[in-house]
Amino acid sequence: MKSKMFFAGSGGQGTLAIGQMIAKAAMDEGKEVTWLPSYGPEMRGGTANCTVVVSDKPISCPLINEADVLLAMNLPSLLKFESMVAPGGLLIVNSSLVPEKPKRTDIRVLEIPANEKAIELGNDRAANMIILGAIVRETGIVNPDTVYHQLEKMFSGRKASFLPGNIKAFELYLK
Amino acid sequence: MKTVFEPTKGMTPADTSYCPGCTHGIAHRLIMEVLDERGLLGNTIGVVPIGCSINAHHFMNIDMCESTHGRAPAIATGIRRVHPDKVVFTYQGDGDLASIGAGEIVHAAHRGEKFSTFFINNAIYGMTGGQMAPTTLIGQKATTCVSGRTVEQAGMPLRMCEILSQIDCCVYAERVMLTTPANIRKAKKAINRALDVQLQGLGFGFVEFLSSCPTNWGLAPKDALKYVEEKMSAYYPVGVFKKPEGID
Amino acid sequence: MGKVLMKGNEAFAEAAIRAGCKCYFGYPITPQNEIPEYMSHELPKAGGAFVQAESELAAISMAYGAAAAGGRVFISTSSPGLSLMQEGLGFICSAEVPVVVLNVSRGGPGVGGIQPGQADYIQVTRGGYNGDCKIPVFAPAGIQECVDTIYKAFDIAEKYRNPVLIFADGMMGQMMEPVVLPEAKGITAVEDIPSVKPWAITGTDHHEGRNVVYSLRMQPDVLEAHVEHLFEKYDEAAKELVDYKAYSLDEAELVFVAFGTMSRLCMEAIEILGERGIKAGLIRPISLWPYPDAAFDLIPSTCKTVISTELNMGQMIFDVKNAVSGRFPVDFIGRTGGIVPSSLEIADRAEKILASRK
Repeated sequence: MKSKMFFAGSGGQGTLAIGQMIAKAAMDEGKEVTWLPSYGPEMRGGTANCTVVVSDKPISCPLINEADVLLAMNLPSLLKFESMVAPGGLLIVNSSLVPEKPKRTDIRVLEIPANEKAIELGNDRAANMIILGAIVRETGIVNPDTVYHQLEKMFSGRKASFLPGNIKAFELYLK
Repeated sequence: MKTVFEPTKGMTPADTSYCPGCTHGIAHRLIMEVLDERGLLGNTIGVVPIGCSINAHHFMNIDMCESTHGRAPAIATGIRRVHPDKVVFTYQGDGDLASIGAGEIVHAAHRGEKFSTFFINNAIYGMTGGQMAPTTLIGQKATTCVSGRTVEQAGMPLRMCEILSQIDCCVYAERVMLTTPANIRKAKKAINRALDVQLQGLGFGFVEFLSSCPTNWGLAPKDALKYVEEKMSAYYPVGVFKKPEGID
Repeated sequence: MGKVLMKGNEAFAEAAIRAGCKCYFGYPITPQNEIPEYMSHELPKAGGAFVQAESELAAISMAYGAAAAGGRVFISTSSPGLSLMQEGLGFICSAEVPVVVLNVSRGGPGVGGIQPGQADYIQVTRGGYNGDCKIPVFAPAGIQECVDTIYKAFDIAEKYRNPVLIFADGMMGQMMEPVVLPEAKGITAVEDIPSVKPWAITGTDHHEGRNVVYSLRMQPDVLEAHVEHLFEKYDEAAKELVDYKAYSLDEAELVFVAFGTMSRLCMEAIEILGERGIKAGLIRPISLWPYPDAAFDLIPSTCKTVISTELNMGQMIFDVKNAVSGRFPVDFIGRTGGIVPSSLEIADRAEKILASRK
């Protein structure tokens, strides 16, 4: 088993955190992982992409030629990276910020209005957790229990009050 | 028989390599004498510069290291982090400190590094043969300004005491001159003050010694000292620029 | 201790702390900024000292001072910063003090860019410093390997009383991989320094005689003798420190030579070529100086081309040609400016080269 994932968005959308959550959960399950961000001079509003590879065997290369799973959190990400999805692969689109429809017909497309749903939940910063739940459900790449454990670690101490809201967001598309 | 004078243990028996009339010897002797009198020789680490006084470690009888050109304050910063309870000082000339090392000295002062810098200002590059320094006086001749330094060509001489005393964490700055016995006693007092500041952990301390370079100035030693008293001190006024409360 | 998922730069900093690093001096430069940031809050907790230097010139000078005074010192920078450190590096070789230096390299020349590059190969292996001296250079290819390399680099630096360089690149600095962190060794107490490093400047009350750390030797015969002494150390280091890995060389038709990030891309290119029926292998130098010439004796006679594969315009290729010594044709694949090629691009270009050599 080797899964190659690419998560694309803009700075501040929590795109890199989605990748990290999956990488950490997969590591906890004993899998080999790499998490590789693109990095640039912009702090906010620039592109924020990361590549995650999860495998049963040691990973030679943390860069990928095509993605089994691709997330587009905004329109520029869709336009730039749609071609990267492997035939038969999964494209997840944050339809709240992507007014256009994907052009590919040889892939599976899942559209999630993550920002609208997050606002409905009263937690407009949790759009990325809504997407995370959808990815976990669609791919089965990690066990939801491992993600719960990661969420508990991430939202502990001073941040503990954010845990219930983020769990709610994570669960929205999980089941 | 009663001993009325003996050389300080702070100096090695080696003959110094400095030219006749050069005041490096006086500065070396004063610093080492003060460390000896205060019982600090064995707990002191010194940094020597690039310039004539790169040889100072042959004469100063303490643990020392050489420095890359101008970087002594950064090197002393590193030493200080490993030995926060020892005495650390840099000994630097004007080419080393005011030219190539202008950045390092400013930032050591700005961080309030708890070491002392002894700055020998003789207004010229000595070791390399008498080139203009940032401290060379207007009208003073040097091998890179043979008709005398002009403002148009090289700007005005840098006054390091004045610059550093503007920096908050440089808590002590004094300029002295190594000319007459009275002035030399004042210089010794300044060295003691710098060590007091350091030992009390008050911040960065800086002593500038107006010094002579008879060889590169083309003056007899006596005339060179007169030049310091008359010409140099006119542009570089001696005195205390900054001193913390409680320091004598 | 279990695995933790850590960003390369933070893992490198933690490895240095666990190796007993007393002092870290740094100046901000991308893509290694997480290192000074991490050190600023974690090193003091471990009993060490962090200083944000005013420049890389100052950082390497602080490192020299702290190391001459007997402290374990770690510094990090990225390519243009390493250029500024050359003055200090050569001086430190001459003065014989141990310092561990990490270059999380980026594209050049000049300010260049901030994306990964290996265009400092000649600088790290030959030096930009003046004079006759050498610095051992290690090029790990993953975060665990980099952590392990930093951890042991302090002992190497202290054994040879010389700087040791670790050449990672921006991709390794920014990437996250699971890592098992080594045990914390603790910092040598200041009163124990004279027994561990009797040459260090600690004040004459604390050791026999008087210690002076210096570089200047005005007499040519004295300087020559000093350089010969340095080279006796380098000869020993060359034997002890040479390190490489060789992969799938059996009956290989083409052999990649690549280090660091590029070697990982080549590993995948080997798989791609295998699917096309082409047998490819890899020599991965881990020590860049000393260069693992002996690895090239393992190349089988089936080989048609040895391809130096680099993130630059061809710098290691001179070492490859020297090691191959005319036994096989030597070719080159590279991208520069911060472009990291895909494994597919490498496989395609290698296939074309192989066809031209058949």
